[in-house]
Amino acid sequence: MSFIVRRLVFYIVAAWVALTVNFFIPRAMPGNAVQAIMAKFPSLQPSAYKALEAMLGVGHPGSIWSQYGSYLDDVFHFNFGTDVTQYPAPVSTLLAETIPWTLVLVGSATVIAFVVGTGLGIVAGWRHGGRLDRVLPGLMFLQAIPYFFFALILLELFAAKLHVFPLGQGYAEGLVPGWHWDFIGSAIYHSLLPALTIVLTSIAGWMLQMRNVMITTVGEDYVIAAQAKGLHNRRVIFTYAARNAILPQLQGFALALGFVVSGALIMEIVFSYPGIGLLLLTAVTSSDYPLMQAIFLVITFAVLIANMVVDVIIVLSDPRARAREAS
Amino acid sequence: MTAVLPITADAAALPIQDARPGRWRRMPPKAKVGAVLLVVFILAGIIGPLVAPYDPSFQNPSPALSLRAPYGAHLLGTTQSGQDVLSQLLVGIRLTLELAFIVGVVATALSVIVGVTSAFLGGVWDEVLSLLSNVFLVIPALPLLIVLLGSLQTRGQTATIVVLSALGWPWGARVIRAQTLAIRNRDFIAAARETGEKTWRIISFEIVPNEVSLIAASFVNTVLYAIGASVALAFIGVANLNAWSLGTMLYWAQSQQALELGAWWWFVPPGLAVAFIGAGLVLLNTGIDELGNPRLRDATSASRIAGHWLPPADPTPVLAEVSQHRGKLAGFLHSFSRSSLLDETERAGHR
Repeated sequence: MSFIVRRLVFYIVAAWVALTVNFFIPRAMPGNAVQAIMAKFPSLQPSAYKALEAMLGVGHPGSIWSQYGSYLDDVFHFNFGTDVTQYPAPVSTLLAETIPWTLVLVGSATVIAFVVGTGLGIVAGWRHGGRLDRVLPGLMFLQAIPYFFFALILLELFAAKLHVFPLGQGYAEGLVPGWHWDFIGSAIYHSLLPALTIVLTSIAGWMLQMRNVMITTVGEDYVIAAQAKGLHNRRVIFTYAARNAILPQLQGFALALGFVVSGALIMEIVFSYPGIGLLLLTAVTSSDYPLMQAIFLVITFAVLIANMVVDVIIVLSDPRARAREAS
Repeated sequence: MTAVLPITADAAALPIQDARPGRWRRMPPKAKVGAVLLVVFILAGIIGPLVAPYDPSFQNPSPALSLRAPYGAHLLGTTQSGQDVLSQLLVGIRLTLELAFIVGVVATALSVIVGVTSAFLGGVWDEVLSLLSNVFLVIPALPLLIVLLGSLQTRGQTATIVVLSALGWPWGARVIRAQTLAIRNRDFIAAARETGEKTWRIISFEIVPNEVSLIAASFVNTVLYAIGASVALAFIGVANLNAWSLGTMLYWAQSQQALELGAWWWFVPPGLAVAFIGAGLVLLNTGIDELGNPRLRDATSASRIAGHWLPPADPTPVLAEVSQHRGKLAGFLHSFSRSSLLDETERAGHR
């Protein structure tokens, strides 16, 4: 079995664990969740009661195993039940409306931060003790700031005080979402500040990690040998040192993805950005369990898929692994 | 951390020499800054609630005190309902630090137990435990925390501590397991085993004291995680909103539109407090790293070759001293982990 296939199996196991945890959480909690929801939303029709019971497993229709079976079946068909706050709307429609926003914003900002941070880390590690290396303590401070607080500060400065950027939302009011230039321009304009927040707060982490690996790599004999051969500095940095330092960096990237995505979700709330993070907030404030659970699953699956992609990149960028994959 | 460990006259326990004078001077400057920052906030957490000028929940009905910018009587201004921000901050620092400290202790203890057991049992059990921690590492923690705490009817401090600790161990367990694997093949462990020491004695008197710096680093990391997660959870309202913590302060500031009202003194102090505590922890951890890995230290001894700084090369590159003999089942389980790619290619390279 090749490495990629085995990793795929691992991610399927991880997904199954997430699904199972998600299934048992409402069943393990004390109190009657359905009655709590019904009390909170007097507008719900009695027909919703049955649906909620089935979803949260409170009324115990059938054995726990048959519930589990039908739950897995529902998830496979992207059927996450109906939403409680916006009652007849299925949860999957709400998700479909918000996922693209988050995917574009968080995805592109994370990739930009990773690429720029790794590049700066290469330079800082190569010129160890140099000018770039000396700003590191400041960057560590930037790294320790919670995403959402940094977002608040940027909003205060650039939106409330200087009026350079809009105060949140995904696009200007009155625009109809669609593939026309007005809307796309407005959406890009509104996403600049959130994207800047993600890039600025996460760039320091990538830079630090790459710098540390780079310092260790630069001390290796083969790098010194390359210099002794009189190779051009750029060639030594990129094809000798950075090429080898990037593997641990990629592994770190895969491990940190969950943290980055979670931080970005909370940040969306500050910007009232119409993504999945804001949806999560509405789900939490209205104790909308089905929506909360669906969002948890969607985020988990997204992180698992991203991890899988990183694994493929690791295999592609490591010649030893490529050779093993081919044999 | 050292206070927790039973220190005997045992030679193996000697690496703990924190009491030696001059230790502070030899610490990397980053670690010093971090330690000073942390001490300031810990003191604020201990003394703060005693010297807080007002009751943090007291709502002053006077309209002049609604959203008042900082001035003499209210050094950090007031909230919309006339509460004193400074008092909230002082009480909030204590609660946030308390929670993070307890989570740090519990989760680090869990990761030591899992990491050491995993390395010592070896074979299938090791792989099962590693698989479990890998699964929990790859599942994003914050959404899971939200679902877990969100579905509780009552959200108290205890629930948050339990859930944060239950999800906070895999990072530490990974590192400690790797270190234990490296240590357990050393000669002094073999010697201890030959003299007939029991396994639990070897673990608690030979292995764990040698991992103190690693455990300390993992504790600092866990505290950092606990602060980040608890503040984020409180910020979106998944916490006991009647208690004052840095997170709930930010929650109330956000939900009562402090930003739109221009009341920067309401959300900047708690946010900066979180940022400074976090920076202190990160700096302290980098300092611990640099103590263990001299190459990461500032390049005072670096030489200048071909126009750029070159740090001194390590004549003996550190190789993993782990030779793993896995059974069939254990090897099968191991092949699903990401690290299998590295080990096996390494082995192929040595052939």
